Amino acid sequence: MFEPARIASAAAAHLEALSFEERFAAGLLVLMALLPVAALALGGGYLLLIGERAMIFAIAAVSLELLIGVAGLISFGHAAFLGIGAYAAGILASHGHGTLSLALPAAIVTSALFALLTGSIAVRTRGVYFIMITLAFGQMAFFVATSLAPYGGDDGLTWPTRTLILGTRVLKRETVFYYVALACLGAVYLLAGRLVGSRFGRVLRGITDNERRMEANGFAPYGYRLTAYVMAGATCGLAGFLLGNQVEFVSPAYMHWQRSGELILMVLLGGSGTLYGPMLGALAYQLLEEGLARLTEHWKVILGPLLVLLVLFGRGGIAGAIERWRRGELTVEGLWAAVTASLRGAGASMVRRWQRAEVAARGALALAMPRCKAGWATIAAGSRRCKAALSEARVSLALLVDRSVTGALTRWRRR
Amino acid sequence: MSEPVLRLNAIEKSFGALKVTDNLSLDVREGETHAIIGPNGAGKTTLIDQIAGALVPDAGRIHFAGRDVTELPMPVRARLGLARTFQITHVLPRFTALENVALAVQARSGSSFRFWRSAAAEEALNRVGMEALGTLGVAAQAAMHAGALSHGEKRRLEIAIALAQAPKLLLLDEPMAGAGADETRGLVHTLKGLRRRYTIVLVEHDMQAVFALADRVSVLVEGRIIATGTPEAVRKDAAVRAAYLGDAA
Repeated sequence: MFEPARIASAAAAHLEALSFEERFAAGLLVLMALLPVAALALGGGYLLLIGERAMIFAIAAVSLELLIGVAGLISFGHAAFLGIGAYAAGILASHGHGTLSLALPAAIVTSALFALLTGSIAVRTRGVYFIMITLAFGQMAFFVATSLAPYGGDDGLTWPTRTLILGTRVLKRETVFYYVALACLGAVYLLAGRLVGSRFGRVLRGITDNERRMEANGFAPYGYRLTAYVMAGATCGLAGFLLGNQVEFVSPAYMHWQRSGELILMVLLGGSGTLYGPMLGALAYQLLEEGLARLTEHWKVILGPLLVLLVLFGRGGIAGAIERWRRGELTVEGLWAAVTASLRGAGASMVRRWQRAEVAARGALALAMPRCKAGWATIAAGSRRCKAALSEARVSLALLVDRSVTGALTRWRRR
Repeated sequence: MSEPVLRLNAIEKSFGALKVTDNLSLDVREGETHAIIGPNGAGKTTLIDQIAGALVPDAGRIHFAGRDVTELPMPVRARLGLARTFQITHVLPRFTALENVALAVQARSGSSFRFWRSAAAEEALNRVGMEALGTLGVAAQAAMHAGALSHGEKRRLEIAIALAQAPKLLLLDEPMAGAGADETRGLVHTLKGLRRRYTIVLVEHDMQAVFALADRVSVLVEGRIIATGTPEAVRKDAAVRAAYLGDAA
């Protein structure tokens, strides 16, 4: 018997059992699954391309989150795996072996091997040394790619076509490719989620939390870190395989350290510490890039400061904001209250300052007035004395003139 | 008497010109609680680090559970059954108390290279973990994050982690440090419950705690053990009184 109500309730019960994070991610994936329909309705094939790109970078960001958020290793060379995955498949394709059964394993295995090789050295270091050494290995891969003369060198390598599936070019159909990318993202998210909660993931998180305690428990960090590094590299290799397929091209620019920096930004923008955060971060980053690029050709001037502000003030990125909103720490009312409170606070402080200035001015005036008066009195007294002296002098002069004239007259008469 | 659980044979360790451990030999017998006391700077922590594997001695051998472990690193010694606590507590702050002990159980039961099944749902790990929390009296805090526990609770959690390792030797580095008088009394009571069930090496400043718990006491002064014996014998030892206990005993 077909009982839709029962199936629906069973599905609801299943959904209930999921954590918020998982439900959010599932919702995000469903939204992405509906995008082609929207693109069809809007008649925008371009929308599909943006969606594909966003999902491919979401895979790369989730793989990087395994290192940053779970294993506590900030890799600044993660883009190398994007390029290695794309080059491995592209080189095979250029030799006429661009089939799924060859190209995909080649992309993943090559990335894993590079991760094993570089990781065996890199994971011995910590903190800023790990950042520098992964940066160095990433740039090494970049320069090797630029010197691959038979495969385009600096200019990159154009693939003859997208990877063949069972000898067909079915991947050339954009909707098919879109859903393949979506399926890959879904699978990567699911696997990563299981990994975080597994024995292995728990050990990794423990080592990030307190390495010494874990050593005293009997866990030697090296093997766990290296395994995580290889897994993250291989997963990012898958993203590289998809990226190369999408544009049917690969160039050294895929591996440049700026691309590695962008991947870190995606993780931080979305919010490290969750798996849906980096996914969201990759989507948001693509949307920001596209939207701003449409606005102005100098979009990087806007994007840069915007990201700085987001990372500075948006603690935990987008996922962190969502988390705070869910706990009720971040509400529209709260935000409004905070804004009005700060405005009111600013107003009040301005009034206070004005009042303080007024009081100060009065005080100064009160202090100055007596001195002014005293000064004026001094000046007045001075001038009075001056006048008196002047008139005295005038009288004395008159008397002197008078006396001398009289004297002179008397002397003249005696003669 | 059977083979000692831990045997230090003439180990030496220098930092530059400073000899911190000087031709030191020590046996710890199965089931005993062996206290190591000594004034500040006597080299107690350096000695503990060498036993645990955080430091490698310059000379001499360390035998543990019938094996030469002198060159083995800390994680390997831990898997052989050497559990330790630190002078400054080391727990996993972002994990719950239960996860802290469950991880210690996980370390000795099966491979940790398992990538799919949820570790938090493994009943076997949680059950043993809960037992350890119960022994230390912090079972009620099982679901709390370790970072949110009080200082005393963290101390107890760290000892619970060590117990969850099912150790052949329990190495406690100043478990009473920073604890109040009440906390110390409680902890001494709890540790008394562990005597005989575990072989314990206890490094401690609190003399009352030491004399209440120890079967034997070794006195460490300037990197050398100047006396070993029962608490009473050590208390009466003239050299010990001169070097360390002074008028306090």
